[in-house]
Amino acid sequence: MTSLLEASDLRAFYGSTQVLHELAFSLDEGAITAILGANGAGKTTTLRAICGLVRCSGEVRFAGTRIAGKSTEDIVRLGIAHVPQNRGTFLSFTVEENLWLGAHISRDKSRRRSDFDRLYGYFPILGERRRQQAGTLSGGEQQMLALSRALMSRPRLLLLDEPSFGLAPITVQEIFRIMRRINAEEGVSILLVEQNVNLALGLSDHAYLLETGRLALSGPSQELRRHEAVRRSYFGS
Amino acid sequence: MASGDTMLNKPTAFARLAVLRARPIIGVLPLLLLAVALPLVASGYLMFQLTLTLVYAIAILGLNMLTGYSGQISLGHGAFYAIGAYITAILITRFGVDYWWTVPIAGLVCLVVGFLFGLPALRLEGLYLALATFALAAATPQILKYNRISGWTGGVQGIVFAKPDAPHGLPVNADQWLYLFTLAITIVMFVLAWNLLRGRIGRAMVAIRDHPIAAAAMGIDVSLFKSLMFGVGALYTGIAGSLGAIVVQFVSPDAFNILLSISLLVGVVVGGLGSIPGAIFGALFIEFVPDFAGQVSKAAPWAVYGLLLIACMYAAPSGVAGLAGRVLASVGRVGRG
Amino acid sequence: MNGFLHQVLSGLTTGGIYASLALALVMIYRATDLVNFAQGEMAMFSTYVAWSMINAGLPYWPAFLLTIGVSFLAAALIQLAVIRPLAGAPILASVIVFIGLLLVFNSIAGWIFSYTIKPFPSPFPSKPLWENSYISTHEVGAIGVTLVLLAMLFAFFRWTELGLTMRAAAENPVSSRLVGIRVARMVALGWGLAAALGAVAGMMVAPIIFLEPNMMSGVLLYAFAAALLGGIENPWGAVIGGFTLGILENLLGAYLIGTELKMTVALAIIVLVLVVKPSGVFGRIVLTRV
Repeated sequence: MTSLLEASDLRAFYGSTQVLHELAFSLDEGAITAILGANGAGKTTTLRAICGLVRCSGEVRFAGTRIAGKSTEDIVRLGIAHVPQNRGTFLSFTVEENLWLGAHISRDKSRRRSDFDRLYGYFPILGERRRQQAGTLSGGEQQMLALSRALMSRPRLLLLDEPSFGLAPITVQEIFRIMRRINAEEGVSILLVEQNVNLALGLSDHAYLLETGRLALSGPSQELRRHEAVRRSYFGS
Repeated sequence: MASGDTMLNKPTAFARLAVLRARPIIGVLPLLLLAVALPLVASGYLMFQLTLTLVYAIAILGLNMLTGYSGQISLGHGAFYAIGAYITAILITRFGVDYWWTVPIAGLVCLVVGFLFGLPALRLEGLYLALATFALAAATPQILKYNRISGWTGGVQGIVFAKPDAPHGLPVNADQWLYLFTLAITIVMFVLAWNLLRGRIGRAMVAIRDHPIAAAAMGIDVSLFKSLMFGVGALYTGIAGSLGAIVVQFVSPDAFNILLSISLLVGVVVGGLGSIPGAIFGALFIEFVPDFAGQVSKAAPWAVYGLLLIACMYAAPSGVAGLAGRVLASVGRVGRG
Repeated sequence: MNGFLHQVLSGLTTGGIYASLALALVMIYRATDLVNFAQGEMAMFSTYVAWSMINAGLPYWPAFLLTIGVSFLAAALIQLAVIRPLAGAPILASVIVFIGLLLVFNSIAGWIFSYTIKPFPSPFPSKPLWENSYISTHEVGAIGVTLVLLAMLFAFFRWTELGLTMRAAAENPVSSRLVGIRVARMVALGWGLAAALGAVAGMMVAPIIFLEPNMMSGVLLYAFAAALLGGIENPWGAVIGGFTLGILENLLGAYLIGTELKMTVALAIIVLVLVVKPSGVFGRIVLTRV
């Protein structure tokens, strides 16, 4: 398995406060990796650091290319897509316009239309609501839309920030099922930030545990399930 | 988790105040001595300019309390300056009131007018308040020229009056006396502001600026407060206008146009939002830099001034006080680290 | 009745100018949360550029188009080089930079072109259409040009890919960056379009109020008021506000208070409306989480 994303000595700052301390991790191509941790551990910040949305220093390499310090727009063009915690939906645009925007970096307009169909295949409800204003969708539908929007750019690596947040269990199961499909059928690598430890470890191959901006634990998901520190994080510390 | 920048960059403002709070006397005393000694060395015209600088400092302080502390933008303070100036002129020429009485009267009138203006104006936020106050400032020259009241205001020509003499027995000439008189009032106004802002009122203002909903929930009567702050800001500017009129011995509608309001705002930002000492820097800037710009280019002085403004914002986006704060902070870090 | 119709029609003309400039202000505000106080002076300067070209012998419409192009490019450059670097600084710092730009444009115009009033040509014939006594041909033409321009802009934003992208960048810059939109370029484009709008407004109004460095200051104030009246985030509101203000200004001046206090009363009315409806007539009240 080749390494798709490698980070070393990664530090991130909000203003003058340091929130990530010398992080080092790597993601294998084709794998699903999870980042776990309590509130404020720095999980979201890690994703933002990879995307260039937060001031950081250190080394981050994506498919061999240095991305630390590049602008978000350039990083995205290399094949990374990020679904943020608040979903980042373009609320006053329609579902279809949101998807269209998601494919912004692809030059091939005709391919976009077939991509629409592919995603409506995963999420039929989006197809039904394609002309509806995105702001009127339910939470679960917006999450599906956010995920679809990210997939429109045909990324190699998908960053997901708390996909289960605020959603009914049935919807969450649906979304996770699709994620497994996307990973298996299209080979999209996934980096998943989740507070729901059970779900995250169930889906992922490998996991990292963050505590106050530092890497506390790392290993195959099966093993981490049994680990004390993870159980502690599950019950909240 | 409040991450971000409020419009007015609050943490540094208070940090700076804390630094100065520790050693106010040490910083201020030499400056005071310098200020008092100035009449001995400064010539007539420079004296005049420095007196006007003090006047603007008071006005800027008033605007700063409004904009820097309670977060309400006013582009219309030129109007209160004009009101203060005209009250002085009218009281002196039409009613024979002694000039020193006109100053507090002007201040009180402006306090009331400002408060009354603030009552409806407080419903407006940010840009909308900026427009309303801008409208006030733009309308001021027009209103002052209005025919029906020109009996009082002197219409387009305005009002001229005599320069007050220095009191008998003092070894100073009229210009020097005016300077010292203004200086005394300036010191009083600054000390008042200092006390006001250090205490509960200052904290309440910051609370209202940053978290108005929370402030209201804590029992602060937000509407009354905002109107009062408007009134106080107007009071300061009215006093400045009154003093300004005495120094210049002349008021006319076109002297109080929108450029005045803009200059005051420039003074606030250049000096540093929420900074009391910054008001002096701001005043120095708006009094002396236009002259300097005129010397650089006779043909397009305001272009030079505009370029200097832009350069200033690049060099010190939080004003001179912000720059000083950063310097002090880094010195502190060096000391610790 | 004659007079009334005339006032309304010529109010539509100036209203179109206010609408164009108000739209320019709203566009920039939506993209950057900043009001470009220098918009009026930039429009004035564009008009002088056109004047220079026409004076040098260029026919009207080529000069017109060239001026639009030059204004577009210059504004985009100013945004990237002067405004953008201060994006992280306190908002009032940017406000002061706008004021600086305002002063620079005004002063340089006065220096290069002098403060004497100049006539500016109209591309429309001076004979009134069908010998009517209500409205000059230029005024009809100006309204027409304004409407065509607004229609083109509407079509651009609604139906082109670039328009969609710009709207997205204005609505949600972070999400836009996440889909690869170069937000900085979109903002610069927005500035360019706003300047183009301003240039047309200037060239349409100059034949009426004559070309001089201070010609746009009153216009800008009304445009700002119109934008706020319509709700600062609302382009339609800006356009409707602009036309309304134009008519209102004329009717007030003719029938109520005379031209002396015209501006004062118009502004007073605006302020009163805002007191009743603080976010503008068509504005939305944004709920914020505490």
